[in-house]
Amino acid sequence: MSSVVTVAVLAPIVGAAIAGLFGRRIGNIPSQAVTTGLLFLSCALSWFTFIQHTWGGMADFTVQLLPFINIGDFHSAWSVRIDGLSATMLIVVTSVSSLVHLYSWGYMAEDDSRPRFFAYLSLFTFAMLMLVTAADFMQLFFGWEGVGLASYLLIGFWYYKDSASSAAIKAFVVNRVGDFGFALGIMTVFWQFHTINFHELFQPGVIAAWQGKGWEFLGQNFSALDIAAFLLFIGAMGKSAQFFLHTWLPDAMEGPTPVSALIHAATMVTAGVYMVCLLSPLFEYAPVAKEIVAYIGAITAIFAASIGFTQNDIKRVIAYSTCSQLGYMFFAAGVGAYPMAMFHLFTHAFFKALLFLGAGSVIHGMHHEQDMRKMGGLWKYMKVTYAVMTIGTIAITGLGIPFTKFGFAGFFSKDAILEAAWAAHGTPHGMFAFVMGISAALLTSFYSWRLIAMTFHGKKHWDHSHDDHAHDAHGHDAHAHDDHAHAHDAHGHDDHGHGHDHKPHESPWVMLTPLVVLAFGAVFAGFIFAPYFIGEHHETFWGHAIFLAPHNEVMEKAEHITELWVHLAPLAVTLLGMALAWYFYVANPKLPKAMAAKKGPIYTFLYNKWFFDEIYQATFVKLTKFLGDVFWKIGDIRIIDGLGPNGAAWTALASAKRLVKTQTGYVYHYAFFMFLGVAGLLTWVVFGMGH
Amino acid sequence: MLPAIPNILSVVTFLPLFGALVILVMRAMARKDDSDVIAGNAKWVALWTTLLTLLVSVVLVLQFDHAKPGYQFEERFEWFGPISYHMGVDGISILFVLLTAFLMPLCIAASWDSIKTRITEYMIAFLLLETLVIGVFTSLDLFLFYIFFEGGLVPMFLIIGIWGGKNRTYAAYKFFLYTLLGSVLMLAAMLYMVNVAGTADIPTLSKFAFAREVQPWLWFAFFASFAVKMPMWPVHTWLPDAHVEAPTAGSVMLAGILLKLGGYGFIRFNLPMFPYASHMFAPLVMGLSVVAVVYTSLVAFRQTDIKKLIAYSSVAHMGFVTMGIFAGNALGIQGAVYQMISHGVISGALFLCVGVVYDRWHTREIAFYGGLTKLLPHYAFVFLLFTMANVGLPGTSGFIGEITTMTGAYQWGTWVAFVAASGVIFSAVYALNLYKRVMFGVVTNDELKKYPDLSVREIAIFAPLIAGTLLLGIYPAFVFDFTTASIDAVVAGYRAAFGG
Repeated sequence: MSSVVTVAVLAPIVGAAIAGLFGRRIGNIPSQAVTTGLLFLSCALSWFTFIQHTWGGMADFTVQLLPFINIGDFHSAWSVRIDGLSATMLIVVTSVSSLVHLYSWGYMAEDDSRPRFFAYLSLFTFAMLMLVTAADFMQLFFGWEGVGLASYLLIGFWYYKDSASSAAIKAFVVNRVGDFGFALGIMTVFWQFHTINFHELFQPGVIAAWQGKGWEFLGQNFSALDIAAFLLFIGAMGKSAQFFLHTWLPDAMEGPTPVSALIHAATMVTAGVYMVCLLSPLFEYAPVAKEIVAYIGAITAIFAASIGFTQNDIKRVIAYSTCSQLGYMFFAAGVGAYPMAMFHLFTHAFFKALLFLGAGSVIHGMHHEQDMRKMGGLWKYMKVTYAVMTIGTIAITGLGIPFTKFGFAGFFSKDAILEAAWAAHGTPHGMFAFVMGISAALLTSFYSWRLIAMTFHGKKHWDHSHDDHAHDAHGHDAHAHDDHAHAHDAHGHDDHGHGHDHKPHESPWVMLTPLVVLAFGAVFAGFIFAPYFIGEHHETFWGHAIFLAPHNEVMEKAEHITELWVHLAPLAVTLLGMALAWYFYVANPKLPKAMAAKKGPIYTFLYNKWFFDEIYQATFVKLTKFLGDVFWKIGDIRIIDGLGPNGAAWTALASAKRLVKTQTGYVYHYAFFMFLGVAGLLTWVVFGMGH
Repeated sequence: MLPAIPNILSVVTFLPLFGALVILVMRAMARKDDSDVIAGNAKWVALWTTLLTLLVSVVLVLQFDHAKPGYQFEERFEWFGPISYHMGVDGISILFVLLTAFLMPLCIAASWDSIKTRITEYMIAFLLLETLVIGVFTSLDLFLFYIFFEGGLVPMFLIIGIWGGKNRTYAAYKFFLYTLLGSVLMLAAMLYMVNVAGTADIPTLSKFAFAREVQPWLWFAFFASFAVKMPMWPVHTWLPDAHVEAPTAGSVMLAGILLKLGGYGFIRFNLPMFPYASHMFAPLVMGLSVVAVVYTSLVAFRQTDIKKLIAYSSVAHMGFVTMGIFAGNALGIQGAVYQMISHGVISGALFLCVGVVYDRWHTREIAFYGGLTKLLPHYAFVFLLFTMANVGLPGTSGFIGEITTMTGAYQWGTWVAFVAASGVIFSAVYALNLYKRVMFGVVTNDELKKYPDLSVREIAIFAPLIAGTLLLGIYPAFVFDFTTASIDAVVAGYRAAFGG
């Protein structure tokens, strides 16, 4: 088995290296074939591992490949760690990635740097696999920043667009803010436990022994466990785009759509959730950090959803939806229901990748139009896309029949999360999470169906102007991103340059096949896997990978919720949201337009994304530039150089004016000085030491 | 089994000097009108000499026994009184010898076409520089060390002063002033030490217990000299000017090797000889280090000149080194040595990256460039890789140095790690903005279309650097295997001295 998992993890980097280094020489198709082929191989091996682990009775194991850093207690190794968590992530990552590779054959067909694109995709997959199979914090961090690099490269894939390269930097830097916390968290863990190896750290009693110990500060006792967990969570907030550190994710939509599906929806952004679940042995003994996780998750769930329903760019709506769903996963983990968080991560990967790739199909069919206001009535022209998008929407809104096993993927996972939050309603953060979760479910349903309605139903807003959407195709102008949208729009996105008529068209089968496969996942993933992830088999399925402290009763409580309304509430709000979307966008489509035109304060606030970008721009960015200028022009030039080498005293001493005339004057002075020194030393030695 | 080379340290140290003499003799024997032939021969002799030196240093490294903590390959001849010709390397200095020998052929190759005047003298200056720098790391006698240490600056002055840019005189002047300050104090301290201990032998002095009252003075005298070399904040302002004016290969040597003399000095002198003072002054050094990390990163962000930006980023990276050293634990010091080696490779490569565009367009103004990715795709890859290494991306050597020094410093004092870690954010800000402004966007400047992508020679220069960054980043044991025993000994001695 060890060679199976090793090949599964390493295959993508081989593909990336071949396509990246020799892509130009071997050509487009071979590059695509080798990366996609190796990814499918990796996917098959991952499923084999997962099946062996879940049904074949295979025990957890770790393969050590090569030592990494070894200094005293600080030791780490390149490894492949297989347990319930990593096996789950292996199949999520490789399945979505191989489908996205395939899809990109069609979507990127007319881009002239395809080898580079496929190399980046495979590089990303490799880093993500290293992340999920890490056996210690160093490899985890390697994968963590590695996926960040791939994300940076892919967001900025169309590097000639200013908006794309700015978004790429933003993603990297905001993630670095998270990594600042993450790195300090790792150091805190090492300081406490003298190890960064998960296996050693998670031995029974190791972490529990630190309960109550910590720092006295301003009369407060700060638990070291809480601080370590909180710092690590800052890393998760960055990677998973949680409240405060979410601003990069919507901008990341500058990348090609397959990238958005793979990295910014299904896999990379879920790394934070994965990390919190992996570190459940730590978080279980860090009650304050756990509460913070729950609060941040719940706030993100409602906050992102509130923005989602005012946006008009189809990809941005889904991006905010991703942000919001990640919030669900976090508050599930925050109330202690890690299996629910992982289960939602799992089902979400299918339906969110589906929605993104579906949106990509729409964008492709609409010749790079992303503004939903310019769509409408598309169902007739792209029936497969319409069907799978509808499936994805049903899945994300969590439609299903309570008390039965009939429902799409989201029905199983999202309801389970809400029930877990309710199970913790005795605590303030549990109650808060539940209320926010239910409210966000309403909004989710509303904005998701709004997307379907605006895109596929109603009037054909593209019909009257055949000639201009190739050029103003990006719709950024509508997103308060005027500064990003200028100048380079003329270059188009990836300029498919369809010479034929501008009618929307259905995408080729190489794109539709992945959609259909994902649609199956969106329908059945919940039904099939619920018993293992969160149901009767969950304890054997997760094994030691997820730790629930003896005092954590959320799982049992969630199973035995007696209040009928708790079971019915999610369905009720979902149906309500659906009805509202129908009312506003199908029955009375003029109403939302009028509301938007009025620009009321709430609308403006939501439409401008709570003004986060503006606030950050005015504070952090400005401050950084200001301090940089002050340190440089005042600190270095005026103070240090002014008092030092440029100061009057020094200048006189070195009689610089005279010396400046002879170019190399200083050399002779210096050599002379050195000679004096040596002579002095010798004299001292010869004459002074004798006595 | 490799053949044992007798007096291998003297060989590796003076081989470049011998090469320089060969060039001199060749020039003396040639006819005056054959200047092109002389220059061509000088280049080849320089290249082969540096390659041979590299070969010898590789043999040296292969024959080194890294289980032993002490000095190896020792050579010792008594001169007079307390002074002896004493050479030797331990697991720390041997890495710097290798690094110097590794970078030097690349410097010669990088100067192949870009230096047009006084080529013979240029090659001689570089060979002389190599001898003097290697000598710093191989000498085990104060007197010898002083000669190499101070003498190494003379060819550097010449390189900046003769082959430098427009403001070379000002840059050399600034460099001179700062160095002068440090040298005076260090020389005085050395005289005192030889007088008190009765020997100039470095291993003996390392074990000599200097009185607690004088330790702070001696410590400070050495600190002044090494802090300038590092350079530490606030004595760093000579570095950006020196880099801007130096020719590409000069910058590579400056950033790659000369800056490391300071860190090496701290580990060789301050920590073992004045442990009590080191312990006492550690908070000061930590403070200056984190100021360097944050302050210079922010200054780097605002630069408009590519070389200045990278120079400031060097100062920030050296902040991690001083932080690691004065953390006084194995993690910190190993990390510091690692960071120096890694920075030697990465900053050397970054200055070579600047050289690539400077050779073509003769400007370092960031605003002049833009959109180069489209025109120079191979260059885009190389520059990206080293930009990422510079921001400390895991998988490159830049990461290991930062994480280990920070973790080491965390054990010393939590606040140090917290402040230094913010440098991780700022480095991404300045480095990625630089890359974006030079490489991304649309080509608006037609001048940029004039020149081709990397030549075979340029690729051959970058290839070993790329391999070095990645290999060290993935398998850092290449360095740690050497440093562990020696640094454990340093740490043990340091801790024992003040009972920590």
